[in-house]
Amino acid sequence: MLLGRQTWLFNQKPKIISTGTVGGPIESEGKLADDFDLLHKDLFMKQPSFEQAEQQLIEDACKIAIQKQKMRFEDVNFFLSGDLVNQMTPTNFAARNNKIPFLGISNACATSTGALALASYFVDTNGADFVLTGTGSHHGAVEKQFRYPTDYGAQKPPTSQWTVTGAGVGLVSKIGTGPEITSATIGKVVDLNQSDPLNMGAAMAPAAVDTISTHLAERAVDVNYYDLIVTGDLGEIGNSIALEMLQDQGIQINENKFKDCGLMLYKSNQEVFAGGSGAGCSAVVTYGHLWKKMNNKQLNKILIVATGALLSPLSASQNQSIPTIAHAVSIENGGV
Amino acid sequence: MSSNRKISKEEYQKLADKHEKKRPIVKNCMIAFFVGGTISLIGQVISFIYIYFFDFSEQTVGDPTVATLIFITMLLTGFGVYDKIAQFSGAGTAVPVTGFGNAVISAAIEHRTEGFVQGVGGNMFKLAGSVILFGVFSAFVIALTKTILIQMGVI
Repeated sequence: MLLGRQTWLFNQKPKIISTGTVGGPIESEGKLADDFDLLHKDLFMKQPSFEQAEQQLIEDACKIAIQKQKMRFEDVNFFLSGDLVNQMTPTNFAARNNKIPFLGISNACATSTGALALASYFVDTNGADFVLTGTGSHHGAVEKQFRYPTDYGAQKPPTSQWTVTGAGVGLVSKIGTGPEITSATIGKVVDLNQSDPLNMGAAMAPAAVDTISTHLAERAVDVNYYDLIVTGDLGEIGNSIALEMLQDQGIQINENKFKDCGLMLYKSNQEVFAGGSGAGCSAVVTYGHLWKKMNNKQLNKILIVATGALLSPLSASQNQSIPTIAHAVSIENGGV
Repeated sequence: MSSNRKISKEEYQKLADKHEKKRPIVKNCMIAFFVGGTISLIGQVISFIYIYFFDFSEQTVGDPTVATLIFITMLLTGFGVYDKIAQFSGAGTAVPVTGFGNAVISAAIEHRTEGFVQGVGGNMFKLAGSVILFGVFSAFVIALTKTILIQMGVI
């Protein structure tokens, strides 16, 4: 059901019945290492290239999510996914192997919630019984495409972020048990003229704020309705900017209830600068850590707002500002 | 309910600047000075060794010294250590010849998966290429200027 201009309310209670999360070597030393299903010690994951390693991450996450439900790929109607590499190669190639009817979604790091919102919409409108959705990113593949070669010695400023190596996938269905997806707000592209690709938090914060305030207004709920509002990869700088902007708009959000996946994933002694980023960042935290906390009833109502910077290496080198986007999905435990 | 107040680009820039963490420039410069100096010191030691033990003069020792430094850089880059040192040292490791070596070697490693000709060959100088271009071009301009000045009898 449509609320306002851009918010869907899901009445049929689509649920995330199963998840699969896979991480890389830095993630296995991080704060949430215990919440991963599979951790790789090597960045190559026995593959010949970083891009193929990312494909492996996505394939493994899909397999784990399906196997947990003792299902097969043939039982799944649709696979909605995407990633950051050129032409979404890792995801496309993973979809070649799992043979699930596939739609590629590309919203940079906001792909995770964008695809989850669509998956929930499919299930809610009886368009599908089972939808597999998720995304991944690989540190080496992303660095290579957007920045410098991985072994190149460029000093990164404290505002830069660390691309997460990992993939997170969720299985959405009405059949089965799990936390329910209750609503979703599709964000619009926001650009406040930030052009520093090494300070993406500052570029993306306005998109997160726009989507959160629109979501609260259209769903007509108070900010305290949620136990936790989690942004995707704003990092330290984006998080503090977003907090101030929300408070300026009169949304009295408590600092402890406004977290960021990029800040949750790593320990403070890991050198990740302003925090984690990448499409896999919000995916692994949502489908790993947060999904477990929802199942344990430690959290009951959360809003996940994955944020994406829609720049390309070309637009950055041509000095264009960075357009950004954020999609929000609310996940709640039934009967609470 | 929230008022969706629009923030202007100028206002937002002020807000973003307030939250931005600045690079510690003074500290970075100090570190770069000492690390760069240390690399030069190592280069000097290598030069002395070549002059003392081998048949090199002060004029001819430059090439083998640079080659040795680049060889060490190659090992450090290949083992994934150089970028970690560079994060600490900044310009200290970027400005000496080791930085140039690292730019070439890291690009060569990175594109190894795309084959030797189109991958390694085509991408090896994607970072260092402009150093070569502008280095050669400035040398050309200076040589031309010098020649003209000599012809005019100024120097």
